[in-house]
Amino acid sequence: MTLFQKFLGATAALALTAGAVAAEPAIIFDLGGKFDKSFNESAFNGAQRWAQETGGTFAETELQSDAQREQALRRFAEAGDNPIVMAGFSFATPLGDIAGDYPDTKFVIIDAVVDAPNVRSVVFSEHEGSYLVGMLAAMASKTGTVGFVGGMDIPLIRKFGCGYAQGVLAVNPDAKIIANMTGTTPAAWNDPVKGSELTLAQISQGADVVYAAAGGTGVGVLQTAADKGILSIGVDSNQNYLHPGQVLTSMVKHVDNAVYDAFKAGTDLTTGVNVMGVANGGVGYALDDNNASLITDEMKAKVDEAAAKIADGTIKVHDYTTDETCPGLTF
Amino acid sequence: MDLITILQVLDATVRLSVPLLLACLAGLFSERAGIFDIGLEGKMLVSAFMSAAVAAVTGSVWVGLLAGIGASLVLAGIHGLASITFRGNQLISGVAINFLASGMTVLMAQSWFQQGGRTPSLRGAARFNDINLPYVDQLKDVPVIGPIYADLISGHTILVYVALACVPLTWWALYRTRFGLRLRAVGENPAAVDTAGVSVIGMRFAAVAICGVLSGIAGAYLSTGLQAGFIKDMTAGRGYIALAALIFSKWRPWYALMATFLFGFLQALALRPDLLEKVLFVKVQVQLLDALPYILTVVILAGFVGKAIPPRAGGEPYVKER
Repeated sequence: MTLFQKFLGATAALALTAGAVAAEPAIIFDLGGKFDKSFNESAFNGAQRWAQETGGTFAETELQSDAQREQALRRFAEAGDNPIVMAGFSFATPLGDIAGDYPDTKFVIIDAVVDAPNVRSVVFSEHEGSYLVGMLAAMASKTGTVGFVGGMDIPLIRKFGCGYAQGVLAVNPDAKIIANMTGTTPAAWNDPVKGSELTLAQISQGADVVYAAAGGTGVGVLQTAADKGILSIGVDSNQNYLHPGQVLTSMVKHVDNAVYDAFKAGTDLTTGVNVMGVANGGVGYALDDNNASLITDEMKAKVDEAAAKIADGTIKVHDYTTDETCPGLTF
Repeated sequence: MDLITILQVLDATVRLSVPLLLACLAGLFSERAGIFDIGLEGKMLVSAFMSAAVAAVTGSVWVGLLAGIGASLVLAGIHGLASITFRGNQLISGVAINFLASGMTVLMAQSWFQQGGRTPSLRGAARFNDINLPYVDQLKDVPVIGPIYADLISGHTILVYVALACVPLTWWALYRTRFGLRLRAVGENPAAVDTAGVSVIGMRFAAVAICGVLSGIAGAYLSTGLQAGFIKDMTAGRGYIALAALIFSKWRPWYALMATFLFGFLQALALRPDLLEKVLFVKVQVQLLDALPYILTVVILAGFVGKAIPPRAGGEPYVKER
């Protein structure tokens, strides 16, 4: 045996054992970055909670470009990480391509559905949560005009806007809803300047509550709303603290729960589609010290009643993504 | 459409045009001296971060502005070093600067503030507040002129007026001073300037430095004037639109003002699709308005509306002797 072969053998053995040892869960964050104070950060918090409770460790990576998705997935799968959680709908295509190559690895994709035997698809009923904050917006609005600022113009964001509009109209059938999208490219998630300008344009059309479902762009929306003395609504994680007393509420998407559940289940994870809605605490509206003065008991009672009705199926909120139409709002 | 609505659209036009105008003038100085600058975006971004970060720490927006300009100057220096001193490819250096800025700002913001690659919200004196010009209150009630003066001309941050003042200043510096003549000559025929005993390297570094200062102001305006803090990649392609405006304006200061305000106006119109529908009676796609600056630039480049001739020595490093 030559020296070279010995090295080769040793490397191979090392690689094999390394793969066997690292059966830890992994999480891949989307382009927004781990600390986006929103979607990805919520996912990170869920992973952190799991790590603190169990003392386990997890692998993680933040993507820098779209091209890295498949590469990151394959690297984690080949390193033996299991399950692998992906935060973001953009992973649907690469995951669909590679899931079959790693039949023993369980994958969890959040915000999209991938039909493969080893994939759990977690989808949120954002339209239900948006319906609830829409009701609050209509009750808080004095002018009867409310605004919606979306990020990138994709069906998922229209789903937010559509649920919101239905909630607004449920409280005030005569309300006017102004909906704007920031753009059609991923840059639309990080353009707070345009978010501000859209907010100003909506204010000039009479809006006095604006709901931002726009990632980093939403920071500009909330800032301008606070500067101009109108109310805003945050999204994904609880953003009430950004401008205490000036953010009406936040449509909270418990991505953290989805990640936590997946990590906790570990390799015994059940696959299939997992819908997180109002009924199982997947979405909701945020109420804390920062917005307690803005939400009256009457408003709270009304929204909680609607939430109960959505949970038991009495109220059906239309989901834009099912048929690409929306009652009450045209995009 | 009433006067108030028109004024609101024009007001948005001013706010959206100013960062483009500053970046466009920055590029104008650099390219007129023969240094192409793809890195406007990166310089604006790094300045947006640094000005917001320093303003947040010190509580003074002016210190922040200086820090932002400083950071932008550092990147300008790198660009100068790579493309003037070491005669590297100017486009590649510019692209590298954009990548560097995009990554560095988030990294530094995260290690500095631990708020996910953003700076804390700026309040009070840590951001540029709107200033009211004199006699606003007296003139407010005068019909037509009053609202125009009070809403459109007054009530912007100081940087807006700085940017507008930069246009005649640039024109004067380029066309009425010895420095400007030499700067333009360096971009057209550096060998002739060298023969006259003027340092080509020195002139080009001066131009790149002015470019750094102006794009620094543009970045600071984004994060401390229009916004109250930095967010990753918040320039959102404005540096590239400024480059398009530079070509559209055929590398001339007054045309740069017009081009950036046209582009800003298109962006402002895209905010109000309802108005367009009311005026034109057809639904105009917002996406079309967003794409128009680029379409117009392509039209200009294709030679349909006059000819855009870049400075002749642009993009080529100057070599004294071979």
